[in-house]
Amino acid sequence: MTVMTYIQAVTTALKEEMIRDENVFILGEDVGKKGGVFKATEGLYEQFGEYRVLDTPLSESAIAGVGIGAAMYGKRPVAEMQFADFIMPAVNQIISEAARIRYRSNNDWSCPITIRAPYGGGIHGGLYHSQSVEAIFANQPGLKIVMPSTPYDVKGLLKAAIRDNDPVLFFEHKRAYRLLKEEVPKEDYVLPIGKADIKREGSDVTVITYGLCVHFALQAAEKLQAEGIDTHILDLRTVYPLDKEAIIEAAKKTGKVLLVTEDNLEGSIISEVSAIIAENCLFDLDAPIKRLAGPDVPAMPYAQPMEQFFVIDEDKIEAAIRDLAEF
Amino acid sequence: MSKTHHKSLGLTNDDVIEMYKTMLLARKVDERMWLLNRAGKIPFVISCQGQEAAQVGAAFALDRKHDYVAPYYRDLGVVLAFGMTATDLMLAAFAKAEDPNSGGRQMPSHFGQKKNRILTGSSPVATQVPHAVGVALAAKMESKDFVSFVTLGEGSSNQGDFHEGLNFAGVHKLPVITMVENNGYAISVPLEKQLACKSVADRGIGYGMPGISVDGHDPLAVYEVVKEARERAISGEGPTLIEALTTRFTAHSSDDDDRQYRDLTELEKAKQRDPIITFANYLKNEEVLTEEELNKIESEINDEVNKATDYAENAPFADPDHALKYVYEE
Amino acid sequence: MAIKEITMPKLGESVTEGTINTWLVQVGDHVNKYDPIAEVMTDKVNAEVPSSFTGTIKQLIANEGDTLKVGELICTIEVIDSEEMVADTKLADTKEETLTNNKSQSGQSMKKRYSPAVLRLAQEHNIDLLQVEGSGRGGRITRKDIERIIASGKITQTTDSKRTQHVVEETKAISAIEKPTPSSLPDAQLGDKEIPVTGVRKVIADNMVRSKTEIPHAWMTVEVDVTDLVNYRNEVKESFKEKEGFNLTYFAFFVKAVAQALKEFPQINSMWAGDKIIQKKDINLSIAVAKDNELFVPVIKHADDKSVKGIAKSIYELATKARTGKLTPDDMQGGTFTVNNTGSFGSVQSMGVINHPQAAILQVESIVERPVVVDGMIAVRHMVNLCLSLDHRILDGLVCGQFLARIKEILENMNKDTISIY
Repeated sequence: MTVMTYIQAVTTALKEEMIRDENVFILGEDVGKKGGVFKATEGLYEQFGEYRVLDTPLSESAIAGVGIGAAMYGKRPVAEMQFADFIMPAVNQIISEAARIRYRSNNDWSCPITIRAPYGGGIHGGLYHSQSVEAIFANQPGLKIVMPSTPYDVKGLLKAAIRDNDPVLFFEHKRAYRLLKEEVPKEDYVLPIGKADIKREGSDVTVITYGLCVHFALQAAEKLQAEGIDTHILDLRTVYPLDKEAIIEAAKKTGKVLLVTEDNLEGSIISEVSAIIAENCLFDLDAPIKRLAGPDVPAMPYAQPMEQFFVIDEDKIEAAIRDLAEF
Repeated sequence: MSKTHHKSLGLTNDDVIEMYKTMLLARKVDERMWLLNRAGKIPFVISCQGQEAAQVGAAFALDRKHDYVAPYYRDLGVVLAFGMTATDLMLAAFAKAEDPNSGGRQMPSHFGQKKNRILTGSSPVATQVPHAVGVALAAKMESKDFVSFVTLGEGSSNQGDFHEGLNFAGVHKLPVITMVENNGYAISVPLEKQLACKSVADRGIGYGMPGISVDGHDPLAVYEVVKEARERAISGEGPTLIEALTTRFTAHSSDDDDRQYRDLTELEKAKQRDPIITFANYLKNEEVLTEEELNKIESEINDEVNKATDYAENAPFADPDHALKYVYEE
Repeated sequence: MAIKEITMPKLGESVTEGTINTWLVQVGDHVNKYDPIAEVMTDKVNAEVPSSFTGTIKQLIANEGDTLKVGELICTIEVIDSEEMVADTKLADTKEETLTNNKSQSGQSMKKRYSPAVLRLAQEHNIDLLQVEGSGRGGRITRKDIERIIASGKITQTTDSKRTQHVVEETKAISAIEKPTPSSLPDAQLGDKEIPVTGVRKVIADNMVRSKTEIPHAWMTVEVDVTDLVNYRNEVKESFKEKEGFNLTYFAFFVKAVAQALKEFPQINSMWAGDKIIQKKDINLSIAVAKDNELFVPVIKHADDKSVKGIAKSIYELATKARTGKLTPDDMQGGTFTVNNTGSFGSVQSMGVINHPQAAILQVESIVERPVVVDGMIAVRHMVNLCLSLDHRILDGLVCGQFLARIKEILENMNKDTISIY
């Protein structure tokens, strides 16, 4: 066991996988000598050399597309988008190509690429360094979208993503990078993609969320425990395709469900979670499904008061849980 | 026709006969698909007609046992040279279960066949360029002696992926050969409304690679430049952009009527340089083949196309619920 | 020898038809497979259509200039060569999946799973759910099950409270229509009594099913203060009876008010006629009359031309005829709107089934004394609910709301100074 930050877990997983499998390589902007703008690839260039930690031109569609080509050949590329916000030029490569390669070739070809990108706000990033982009990709069968909430999960899920034989989008919350620390096993382990994880057992209200919001939900739950409100927390971990069984089970557990995302509300991941619960849990619900999300404005403003207005935090989650508990 | 004699390129008589047969097979398969479309038997055709020389000339210059290709939708000649059969192509045209490209999932001419190293393609154009660059990157990383070869139309050379891919390849000196089959039309829009520079080849210099224009009606001329490009790639000198000047003999596709936008006298003129006819004449003049031998080849190929058509027409479709398979690894 | 058909091919994505420009063959011509036989013009392309067979042209079905849908026959070919008899490619054997008929599952596993909607209705109508037979999968009680019970008036009440009886009576007597097949039918158990459905009962049943399955019903209720009307009618009812020889019922006043309001809202006086809505000129009001277990819906013709007395007289005569079996077909024809006197059973709220093909039905409930706040003070007033069912294809809430408000206004202003019985 060793105490590790969220971003150290990223670096560790990358490093261990590159040692384990020589087909694994990293490509992206500033990932080489600089070690990444967030330092996620720090030290890897020195250890593995230029062609396994490749600085690419500033060219996101090529980062994705070249990675896809190498993956089809048999390599295990880990492509980094510097910010999730800058993934847009690569959307055609990710959706029209990576997601469909196995399907369109009738299982002849496959595309084992991992695309990492830091997402999320609350770091004064303004409209284009704060966004959650998962919903854009979350109706594209063929893709898997993983959004870990803890250093432990980061290590196990990133390793699983790299070893997965299909394309995986791996979104890391940039505010979590140095905010979250915990003990992480030194040994090699993988966590299953497509499985949600119960982060806290409780009997009054179920919170279903993912990413950094899990952390805030846990904090809110601790506070509410003192008031006698017992919160159950399910971390989706994989936001596409969703772990329907775990969602249904968690919703049935308390019958009062709060869904949380820091993305804009309409058409978000939790909209789909809500639909799954509505379809399957009619006789178990004890209150209307409640959703807590960012407002439906294009993205998070830069100015601190407006940013704070947008973001999901512990207090907003706490109030929403209490509201449901009292229903 | 050809200024260069095949023997000076190191090609044997058998090699050029094989090239001719591949070009003719591509043409005949294509013509059959149009008839099947007009008879209401297959929903869609998109053609190689007029571009066979560029495709087959280039493919024969590659190592067809080791190199990778990322063809675009007109490349019947390339995929036949890389091991696909007339039956495979007919199965795709009829969208039957046995179609090796996609099992009937994709429209015809969306090629892909792993055993022959033909990367699977999609409909958005030029996306295959970065893929070929990725394969070339793998070759460089593994220090292997193969190249990747990617084709596209001149209209598609305006897409971001063309520029992003070529720049990436140029920066890292990757063994990838990009051949733009410039047939003068992007569906209905002529070259001068697509490119501000004079030729597609001019674009190479921007990405640190040679840009070469070549007569795409002459298989031997194309063979020569692709051969040189491959040698450069293998010796670590990096990528090459080739522009093959060709003519599209048909409408854009079975859904298009080119009489609305195209001068047909210009097309008739181009057809006088039909590479199938001019290359047959070359083989006759060089005494590689006699008239009777040419006739025999044609009749054999007609038989092959008939058999392929009958086989594919009678082959079963995939089960409807096969549509649910292979979204992810199973 | 066999005759093969050539049909109009689909020449392009989104193309649905083609025009035969020129025939390139004639009857009797020999053609080879893939020889061109016709020039066809479509929105997207002009093309030569090849033959799919080798043989002799037998018949040219389409003429030059004809535009045919994709798939329509254009010509026939007589095929000699038996190897051309290629069987049409079929889908690879598709497994016929047997659908499990959930309805036939006899289990009652869902019997006590109540949806929020069922629970709410059961509470509002004081229905004992344990006594209700569920028609849903696994015996689940559906919202429709509860709505049906409410409409039938046969409510098994919860025993803990005794409330005002809610009864709804519905009547129709129109020609029988084809009866939809019920999805599941209960079997009689030992000791149960079986009553065959015939005659009038059957006609009623068929009409109800037709009304409820065809007409999208919506409902609306207003509460009317008829204290002044009650006082007035109490004042005059004895003398009226003496003078005229029949009762002056409240119902006559309601019918009068409805007739007057209908004149002002002709939209309500409409009928659904498939591709159009017919607004009727005459105001002929159907009223429901029960006799044993038979129900009749005779019509008060031109109700808007009649005085309160005239209406009271019509009601009296029609009711008498119904009870003595003397109604003529003419008495029952031509109704344009139905007023249903559900109040006569003590009902205070109901959801009427519309009398097909009319646009709406009004249930006049019983007049009850209730504490009501008037000018900030609690007063005991005579209150009545008027429940309107409307055909939502024809009518919307707005016009019906206005219509009900108008009736309310008319009724609340009926007093000794304003009413003229004659």
